[in-house]
Amino acid sequence: MLEITTTRHNHLIDPILHAWNWEIPVYLFLGGLVAGMMIISGYFLFKERVKEDNCSCFYLPMISFVLLSLGMSALFLDLEHKLFVWRLYTTFQITSPMSWGAWILILVYPALIANILIRPPKFIANKIPKLAEVSQKLIEHKWAVKNIGVVNMLLGGMVGMYTGILLSSLGARPLWSTSVLWLLFLISGLSGAAAFVHLIAKNVYERELLAKSDNAFLIIELFVIAMMIIGLVTSSKSHMAAAHLLLNGPFASVFWIFVIALGIVIPLYIQLLAVNHKIKHTPIAPIMVIIGGLILRFVIVAAGQHSHWF
Amino acid sequence: MARFGMVIDTRKCVGCTDCVIACETENDVPNGFARDWIVQISNGKFPNAQVEILSERCNHCSDAPCVTTCPTGASHYHDIGGIVLVNHDECIGCKACIESCPYGARFVHPEGYVDKCTFCVHRVEEGLDPACVSVCPTHCMHFGDFDDPNSEVSKLLQSRKHHSLLPEAGTTPNIYYLT
Ligand code: SF4
Ligand code: SF4
Repeated sequence: MLEITTTRHNHLIDPILHAWNWEIPVYLFLGGLVAGMMIISGYFLFKERVKEDNCSCFYLPMISFVLLSLGMSALFLDLEHKLFVWRLYTTFQITSPMSWGAWILILVYPALIANILIRPPKFIANKIPKLAEVSQKLIEHKWAVKNIGVVNMLLGGMVGMYTGILLSSLGARPLWSTSVLWLLFLISGLSGAAAFVHLIAKNVYERELLAKSDNAFLIIELFVIAMMIIGLVTSSKSHMAAAHLLLNGPFASVFWIFVIALGIVIPLYIQLLAVNHKIKHTPIAPIMVIIGGLILRFVIVAAGQHSHWF
Repeated sequence: MARFGMVIDTRKCVGCTDCVIACETENDVPNGFARDWIVQISNGKFPNAQVEILSERCNHCSDAPCVTTCPTGASHYHDIGGIVLVNHDECIGCKACIESCPYGARFVHPEGYVDKCTFCVHRVEEGLDPACVSVCPTHCMHFGDFDDPNSEVSKLLQSRKHHSLLPEAGTTPNIYYLT
């Protein structure tokens, strides 16, 4: 028998740590989605798909810009000392993933703007006629477009990885201290972005391509989740207990039903039928994938805070 | 370089919570929060039951994850004895340090910055013991420099069996409990 009593009842810390609420999972989800979109639109630029009039690379950067700003706002809402937020940019802390993230995001905005400038949305172009000239010049220079694509892919990759590394650097939470979390969040971000583009793409080729890629991402994601769980259950007692939070503990029903079944396996099955022309493409599958990605972030953040060393 | 820490004798501690109250008074800890606290662990069954009482606080770890994860440098090692402190004007309240501390030693102060035990650095700078150490009625707490082999704390560690909290978390805590 082991019985513990404590006189500590600090708000947000006891009895179970919940210092991070909805804002952080939303920030991580939107960050991952934007990362995936940057990779996809960067790839299309690199592949010179700007020749296609309805290439999704023309509107993805604007959507990414808005979603990233929403994600940053969620992060800002989470800060307890909001007036001091500028302190992030008076220093660079090499050991702190959050500091890396803050500086990477500063680079992401110019990369997205460069991407937007290739073909600015009409409501902006109408107001600033000069942009049409910039856009024309960019399109004339293939290397410029290709390089914008490469930079977007690289930065997208960094943002996607960062969303996982942010958590896995916090070794006090055994569920997060796994070396594959960056890969899980990167792949999940790519899969969510592929689903999103699949949903809204006007170009048939792109829609088909992204449905197929999404299937690949979902299969890899299942594999990475399996790797993560195997890594945890074969590690220390604290890590094992952390894995059981997801496998058969308080988070198991959400994890198995909403993340694994409704977020990955069922949409994967529907999309496999669709790409093999057994059924028509349906928006239901990509919507399930996107919601599954959001719930994945919620489950990982909440269960991670539940997990602790003992 | 000094390395400040504490040695606490669990055989003498009676769990009176004087250290908790002394800290609240000395440091104006807001109502409902605690920079130090008492943990009572009961093990086994009567007649072989054992009780260990621990006065806990920030361990002023030498490999403090709260310092490495802080994006602004607000969490830092003080020049004197490696005490881990939070600079209130640099803290943005992102709570990464709270998430990274395996001991739950930090909390968000109602004014927005993150707060925790400072080893009463304002007293230590004047050559005094932290408030909790100085009020303990059983004299079970000792504060000093582990880098000085002749300090009281170093000698206690040499002469008595001891353990620290969650050493496997890799933080190199600087509070030891004599058993
Ligand atoms: S006990 Fe926690 S807050 Fe204190 S130094 Fe160690 S990790 Fe940081
Ligand atoms: S809450 Fe403050 S002290 Fe803690 S990591 Fe964030 S900025 Fe640093």
